Amino acid sequence: MLSKNLFISSYCHVKNNTISFNGNVLFSDDSQDFSGFVKSAAKHLNTSYPKLYKMDNLSKLASLAADAILSEQKAQSDTALVFSNRASSLDTDRKHQASISDTNNYYPSPSIFVYTLPNICLGEISIKHQLHSENCFFVFDKFNPEHLHGNTEYLLHHKKAETVLCGWVDFDDKNYEAFLYLVSENGNIAHTVDEISRRYRSKL
Amino acid sequence: MSELKQELKEKIIDILNLEDLSPSDINNNDALFGDGLGLDSIDALELIVMLDKDFGIQLTDPKQGKEIFKSISVLADYIAEHRKK
Repeated sequence: MLSKNLFISSYCHVKNNTISFNGNVLFSDDSQDFSGFVKSAAKHLNTSYPKLYKMDNLSKLASLAADAILSEQKAQSDTALVFSNRASSLDTDRKHQASISDTNNYYPSPSIFVYTLPNICLGEISIKHQLHSENCFFVFDKFNPEHLHGNTEYLLHHKKAETVLCGWVDFDDKNYEAFLYLVSENGNIAHTVDEISRRYRSKL
Repeated sequence: MSELKQELKEKIIDILNLEDLSPSDINNNDALFGDGLGLDSIDALELIVMLDKDFGIQLTDPKQGKEIFKSISVLADYIAEHRKK
């Protein structure tokens, strides 16, 4: 099979109350917590999507980062999703555990429970951007560009997708970080492990 | 009864994270599902938990929810009649 050259056409970071797109700051504020940051960012970016506020923190984080990329380029329905993180859905798992730890006050919340898997954030992005595509979520000790690169190359070279949105979305307690990038046959940044690592390290 | 309706509006906004709504935006006879507030199936489950937790009402027949959650007025009437808390 003759492999086509693939490129990183755009990328986004969300960390430390800042959203950046292709290295340029889109939004930044001094909110005291993640919830306040999400509200301010959604307002600033004109994200009219009430369901955003019903999501858990991991899905909010993933949605903010995905919106920055997919809204800019008008997502193709055949955009696959390859995400990864370290904490899985631990932030929400803890909330669910807290709701069921007291047997005398046992009221698990359905809207919390449904987010006790990390890949739910992929579904949220797919629903919002009307993606009908392959998706997978990996859990690693740390950012793993080799694995993301290999998966993305496979999907595109085997025509499982037209484009792939991939990267890292991690939320644990008060620490959060998202780095997503879009890979396709178009762009200026070569899709290599070195370039993925370089863009990831350039986080704000 | 008006106090209960106000309490229900505040609870629904809080529990269901309806960030862009305030109690005054919800009319007593607005449909909670469908074209009204646009609540979904997970929201319905949260309302069932709220009935149990806050008012001691356990719905045993899921079909009941469709009628009880029709609007704030219908919900308040049902709670007033069946509450144990």
